[in-house]
Amino acid sequence: MSNVELRSITKRFGVVTALDGVSFSIQHGEFFVLLGPTGAGKTTTLRVIAGLERQDEGSVLFDGQPVDHLAPADRDVAFVFQQYSLYPSMTVYENLAFPLRSPLRRVPEPVIRKRVQETAEKLHIAHLLQRRTANLSGGEMQRVAIGRALVREPRIFLMDEPLSNLDAKLREALRVELQHLQKTQQSTTLFVTHDQIEALTMADRIAVLDRGRIIQIGTPEEIYDRPATTFVAQLVGTPRINLMNATREDATLYIVGSTIHLPLPPEAAWSSLPPSFLVGVRPEDVRVHCEGQFEGEVVLTEPLGVETILHIRSGEQKLLSIVPGISGLCIGEGVRFDISKERLHFFRDDGTRIVFS
Amino acid sequence: MATIELRQVEKKFGDLHAVKPMDLTIYDGEFVVLLGPSGCGKTTTLRMIAGLETVTGGQILLNGRDVTWEHPSRRDIAFVFQLFALYPHMSVWQNIAFPLQAQGVPRQAVRERVAEVARILEIEHLLRQRPRGLSMGDQQRVALARALVRRPAAFLMDEPLGALDAELRERMRGEIKRLHIEQHATTIYVTHDQVEAMAMGDRVVVMSDAVVQQVGTPAEVYYDPANLFVARFIGSPGMNLVPCRYLGGAIEVSGSGRVPLPQGWDTALQRALGASCDVILGFRPEAAHVTSEGPLDATVYASEMEGGYAMIHLTLGGEGGPIVHIRAGRDSRYPIGTSLRIALDPGMIRFFDPRTERAIPREVGR
Amino acid sequence: METTLRRQRAPIVQAIRVDKISGATRLVQAIRIVLAVVYAVLSLIPVLWIGMTAFKSRPDATAVPPKVIFKPTLEGFVSLLTDRAILNEARRQELLARADELPWYQRLMVQQGMEVTGPSQYVGRLRNSVIIAGVSTVAAVVLGLLAAYAFSRFPVPGKGDLLFFILSTRMLPPVVVTIPIFLMYRRLGLHDTHIGLILLYTVFNLSFSVWLMKGFLDEIPREYEEAALVDGYTRLQAFFKVVLPNSLSGLAATTVFCLIFAWNEYAFALMLTTDRARTAPPSITTMLGRGGIEWASIAAGSLGFLIPVVLVTFALRKYLLRGVTFGAIRQ
Repeated sequence: MSNVELRSITKRFGVVTALDGVSFSIQHGEFFVLLGPTGAGKTTTLRVIAGLERQDEGSVLFDGQPVDHLAPADRDVAFVFQQYSLYPSMTVYENLAFPLRSPLRRVPEPVIRKRVQETAEKLHIAHLLQRRTANLSGGEMQRVAIGRALVREPRIFLMDEPLSNLDAKLREALRVELQHLQKTQQSTTLFVTHDQIEALTMADRIAVLDRGRIIQIGTPEEIYDRPATTFVAQLVGTPRINLMNATREDATLYIVGSTIHLPLPPEAAWSSLPPSFLVGVRPEDVRVHCEGQFEGEVVLTEPLGVETILHIRSGEQKLLSIVPGISGLCIGEGVRFDISKERLHFFRDDGTRIVFS
Repeated sequence: MATIELRQVEKKFGDLHAVKPMDLTIYDGEFVVLLGPSGCGKTTTLRMIAGLETVTGGQILLNGRDVTWEHPSRRDIAFVFQLFALYPHMSVWQNIAFPLQAQGVPRQAVRERVAEVARILEIEHLLRQRPRGLSMGDQQRVALARALVRRPAAFLMDEPLGALDAELRERMRGEIKRLHIEQHATTIYVTHDQVEAMAMGDRVVVMSDAVVQQVGTPAEVYYDPANLFVARFIGSPGMNLVPCRYLGGAIEVSGSGRVPLPQGWDTALQRALGASCDVILGFRPEAAHVTSEGPLDATVYASEMEGGYAMIHLTLGGEGGPIVHIRAGRDSRYPIGTSLRIALDPGMIRFFDPRTERAIPREVGR
Repeated sequence: METTLRRQRAPIVQAIRVDKISGATRLVQAIRIVLAVVYAVLSLIPVLWIGMTAFKSRPDATAVPPKVIFKPTLEGFVSLLTDRAILNEARRQELLARADELPWYQRLMVQQGMEVTGPSQYVGRLRNSVIIAGVSTVAAVVLGLLAAYAFSRFPVPGKGDLLFFILSTRMLPPVVVTIPIFLMYRRLGLHDTHIGLILLYTVFNLSFSVWLMKGFLDEIPREYEEAALVDGYTRLQAFFKVVLPNSLSGLAATTVFCLIFAWNEYAFALMLTTDRARTAPPSITTMLGRGGIEWASIAAGSLGFLIPVVLVTFALRKYLLRGVTFGAIRQ
């Protein structure tokens, strides 16, 4: 297992800049997640590391050594594709053995057999070894795809949204397994996804990517509690954070378009706040109860079971709140709510976080 | 607008029983979700209602009229596809107008209706563009507009949000539901994502392996799942299901501890289990909490932060024991291997008969 | 994106309730079927006629009014495939005396007053056809496959233009260039050589081959090779182990189409060969025999020539269907 470093990787496709000065490093044994919406450049990043694309600028290093000149075969990385990674005309056994049979490796047959068997057992697919891949379910196929990578014992695992084509329930189950596997194997993994739940639950560290640029790198807690921009704040956390325009008067902030006002935190050097700014409040910090300070009307309820998402309109402002269980509130009903003033996020109009020293 | 009734509707592809005979009534203005994993029969059912699949048996009635053998174009329903199915060679305006023009609606009316629908879905600024240049969310809105413009008796949606990013899905979920509320349109929605089903459905039809497992409101399928499948499938993660033994007055989780049974359960279990004492205990992650006086012994297997809260995974009663998931506050992170005691909320436990996999109903009047 | 991991759907079947079809609709449907059958039969009549003529004796073949009922014989085939000498009376009696020892075709010819002396020129022509069509097809398919792979997977500079250029070679009717090519071949000494025709057929088939194979290769996901590359295979190995097995149907379809063109090609074969490298199509038409055109032999030749292609097409029909619909030509 290696540690991997990217230094200022830039990649252009014609006039489109897919990656712009991307830099980050992954420690040995770390589960590193690259999180971003579709088109952010996540897959391109993986392909550059694997050697399937050549970057225009910058360099990729494994254990401190640049590998830019190496062909994919020589970089010794394992790639799990989002789809189409299994060869349809071969059995599961042959698919798993395929990487080991490459001339580069020259692994003897008995060793291949042993490794394939071990890997299959780890992924609970040993009973499928003789089956043709066309006859597998989605979840089984992805397990085999992951198995193909595992069987190689490479320097790093590159996973390109391997769970996103699966049913929600399968995704949950495989997520837990993947995590468990990674922790027991201590394998350096770079996992790419657009699903923030996958990122938060699995990652040791997360890098948020938007349109080819790294916006923030940090642990899940850091990304969740101290998002560097409104983009990150909205990307991470479900349901999404409430972002509202606000203005300040003396030591109080006023949410535009509603009667909501809150005292500014004492440490805020509020004189340094710009005249208008954005306030972010997570739905779990909007507490609905009968003695709440502010008033609003329920416009939509989304009962998820463990909690219900309430869409509240207060004046012209719309907010999301979470209440535990399945709420009995109906559309049109009035509610009262509080906002935890300790859990506010402040952003400038351009989206960057305002930090109070 | 429309009441849709399915009477003993079934579908076979050769020997493959894709949908076993099912009865379902969808009331006027209801938002019903067909929920289940891939291959359970939900999409086939939807397509039969639309007329895109023939029916092997049974009847489909729309407002009392038998439409089982009617051509899709004569059923007065609109279908929204997962991959949008927008005509790439036409502009957005033409795409939306197409169904009306196909029906021979006069030009002036077409213009008015398209404008109205574009306003509702906030895509007025896109009318002249081709679908290819639009974002996924906008494409989905155009697909919805195309369905909406027809003012059909019912909307049938086949996993319309499946192709979208997680964040966009959340937003569009609210938009579709809002649309439904404004239009009072009977809607049948197919998805494999139980979060969508719970958030949007007035009623949820849970299907698995060609069979309907349970039909109920979100509250019903969440709090009172009819069987093990529904218990596991609804909720993320699903319900914790722990095999244990019934000993009059209490249940015992091997190696972990004994939980005294609240009133109403004792008699119910006695009656349902008869001579056997094997029963499956079910509780949701939020129904358990860590407390030093809890009756059950557990060891931490893993703990995850999930944004505003943490999920602790525990094994009950030593290694190899069943793994349960408990929802706790953000700050409760325990290192792997910690021993804890947990207690269960008595009002939220459920029981299932391991032989039939069905839920054991609580005694009424507890 | 979703489709690969979900089950296949059954095709859309329109709901038609049989007992609700009106009498009028039934009549219309019946008339349509009858018309279709009649048209099919009419289209096949020329082929049937040739088939029948191949088995007629010379007089039967030229009889007026045309004979539908006749006594079948293999005369036509024998005259086609053998050289004969006219017998004088003495020799004829000698052979008749030994009639039982003679092979059946000798007997047949002896009755006509001729003796088989050996295989005819036509057999050599047939051999030429096989060689030329076979080699040019293989060349066109192999080269086309490699070129298509390059176009499909790599950013070839001027790809669009190159592809258009390749397609454009098919835009003119081959006949239009026969004269210039004839002059060119004469100069180069390629006239009446196997190589000459092979080269020409290969080039003409190449455009079709490249376009068709590219369509098929485009359908094979890149991830297959990339997975192999990452696993340690070279591009060439990835090509053989992964791409080739998955492109068999495309190869089959392309082979059949190229073979049909090369096998049936007439204009160039006529103009650019005289004797040594001449293929079967121009030869069949010039069957001259004793006292005029041997229609039965011509028919026998045509039938014999048809059959291999029909057999190959029939054997590969599964792939052909996929070829017509699957590898849709697109940028």
